[in-house]
Amino acid sequence: MSQITLKDMAAKPDLLCPGARLCAGCDESIIVRMVLKATRGPTIVTNATGCLEVATSIFPYTSWDLPWIHSAFENTAATASGIEAAYKAMRKRGEGPLAKYPQLDVIAFAGDGGTYDIGLQALSGAMERGHDFTYVLLDNEAYMNTGIQRSGGTPFTAATTTSPAGQVIPGKLEWKKPIDDIVIAHAIPFTATINAAWPLDVMKKARKAFEIEGPAFLHAITPCARGWRYPPEKTIAVSRLVVQTCVLPLYECRQEGGDVVYELSAPSLAVAKRPESKKPVEEYLQVQGRFRHLFRPERREDLLKAIQEGVDKRWSILLKKAGL
Amino acid sequence: MKQKLMGLNGDEAAAYATKQVDPDVVAAYPITPQTIIVERFSEYVADGLVHSEFVPVESEHSALSSCVGAAAAGARAYTATAANGLALMWEMTYITSGLRLPIVMSVANRALSAPLNIHNDHSDSMGARDSGWIQIYCENSQEVYDAHVEAWRIAEHEDVLLPVMICFDGYTISHTMENVMTLPDEDVKGFVGKRKFIKVQGHLGEAELRLDPGCPISMGPVDLQDFYFEHKVHQMDAMEKALKVIPAVDKEYGVLSGRKYGHVNPHRMDDAEVAILGLGSVMGTAREVVNELRAEGIKAGMVKLRTFRPFPTDDLIKAIGDVPALGVVEKDLSFGAAGSPLYEDVRAVFYDAGSKPLIANYAHGLGGRDTSMAMIRGIYEDLLKIKKNGRVEKTMNYVGLRE
Repeated sequence: MSQITLKDMAAKPDLLCPGARLCAGCDESIIVRMVLKATRGPTIVTNATGCLEVATSIFPYTSWDLPWIHSAFENTAATASGIEAAYKAMRKRGEGPLAKYPQLDVIAFAGDGGTYDIGLQALSGAMERGHDFTYVLLDNEAYMNTGIQRSGGTPFTAATTTSPAGQVIPGKLEWKKPIDDIVIAHAIPFTATINAAWPLDVMKKARKAFEIEGPAFLHAITPCARGWRYPPEKTIAVSRLVVQTCVLPLYECRQEGGDVVYELSAPSLAVAKRPESKKPVEEYLQVQGRFRHLFRPERREDLLKAIQEGVDKRWSILLKKAGL
Repeated sequence: MKQKLMGLNGDEAAAYATKQVDPDVVAAYPITPQTIIVERFSEYVADGLVHSEFVPVESEHSALSSCVGAAAAGARAYTATAANGLALMWEMTYITSGLRLPIVMSVANRALSAPLNIHNDHSDSMGARDSGWIQIYCENSQEVYDAHVEAWRIAEHEDVLLPVMICFDGYTISHTMENVMTLPDEDVKGFVGKRKFIKVQGHLGEAELRLDPGCPISMGPVDLQDFYFEHKVHQMDAMEKALKVIPAVDKEYGVLSGRKYGHVNPHRMDDAEVAILGLGSVMGTAREVVNELRAEGIKAGMVKLRTFRPFPTDDLIKAIGDVPALGVVEKDLSFGAAGSPLYEDVRAVFYDAGSKPLIANYAHGLGGRDTSMAMIRGIYEDLLKIKKNGRVEKTMNYVGLRE
């Protein structure tokens, strides 16, 4: 892999420009800027319907300083397939406007709704067909653009506007869909989790995703101040807790000679080496209003225990997979 | 120039013409009765006869989405579908035209579910009539072949930039082998030429309307109360311009191939007293009936409509002329409406015409039911009664319906 340094990346201009209408404290623009810093040159971006799309493209303005297309919600991976196929055809023929580029990074950005739910079919199809593109899941764990409705990516007990914490039902009753396992089961060459609290890790993984031939999947956890109910200036702190509590550890998964290789990234490897440093999930939950009902009016020990056990179980499975 | 006579069914004619065009990307999903197209095209790819990337997508929605991505990236992109597949694409049909992407799509017309039926009628493409696609209806495999060569020039014309849907009847055309005169590959390639791009004003100044890493633009943005309306009216203007571009391309194609069609094809209309107007394969049967009736001294005529969108109002009014009684035959219903889609359009354009015929609606052939010469003869007999009585007793008539 080519070298990525913070110094070089900081010097590179942002391809998602300032001035977008995203909320204060939005994690999506942070992740997107980091991912785009890692591009190698000619790049085409396709974007699912969602916060990022509506807030960066209100005609006649645009925040994108690279070729960008939004067509619909559920089809980002299919649109990316077409872009990649067009590039391949032009290269093969030696003709057409993209034929002159020796490489092209094709990136698809989609939210959790556009990935876990409505876009899963198109994503599965595109991965199965093996298109050379990078899919970036911006997972803020609900349909934030339409006003915080639950998705397949919403975690257990989180309150959303369609899984409210009521007198009887304590938020979402279902567990978060294991999207990374689903993606990895497609045997694509590269899958990784990314987190804005570790910028260099984001950019290194993004560069790796671009360089690898075939589909690559980057799962970014993107805390949402509005939907998760925390003060906007706490985005990175909340993001960091996601890893420190092992709610979504940082790791990558590669296919190597028929083997599936899991490798913990430095921040999560540190937790694995010093298990006592693993923070209780409660620290993560209690800073977010969407979990307030787990603490008030009374502590829901049963639910807190279930959530902690769920995190521990998934963490131990991951450690096993990573040979730790 | 030497043309080659080939035995091709409609699907094969579509696939063969598309092979000669050699588009960059073909993304498609199998659905009866279109499947032969994707099968044939896959063979062309497997045998290295085309440069096209074939994207065997997991749904029709993704088929058109892939084409959107490809066409936006500057490629020529083609797909094919039918019935429920077109219904699944519905969202993307509007997005394709709204993004002004010159994609070409074959539709082997088939009845929409439920109940499930794999045979021909026009319920699928009629449902897409307002989606901003040019719609051309073919009578036979020859027309299918020719339309698949012409379509690119229409779609990509700088005054148009709209997707083109080429409609032909499932099974009746898609699976029926006919003699088709085909052009040499180089003539087809020469005719369609290379895709060109219009210039637009991007955020970095003048840019080509495509995803260009050299001069980026944003495509498919949010477009609210302040500009959306204007962009939709641009599509109306493009349709209006397509009314002139289609015959111009057709004329040029006529010089090359010796075959040209026009928006409408009248047959024995000069002194006709009764006539029918319709789309697609049934008009071939109607032509035979007209010739028989003429031999019997009945002044029958017919008008085949080839271009349905944009609707060729002037050509149609001219072709219908002052025929006293007109039957609009069509293979579709618009539930709860005043009539079927073509009937409604025809009635509407005659509202302001100097002379207008008495017009009745004849729905036929739904779910692939055969429309025989005897049934068409029955329509003419009905029209003769209408002419004699000077009024239409019954607007909607179901032809060939069980008693």
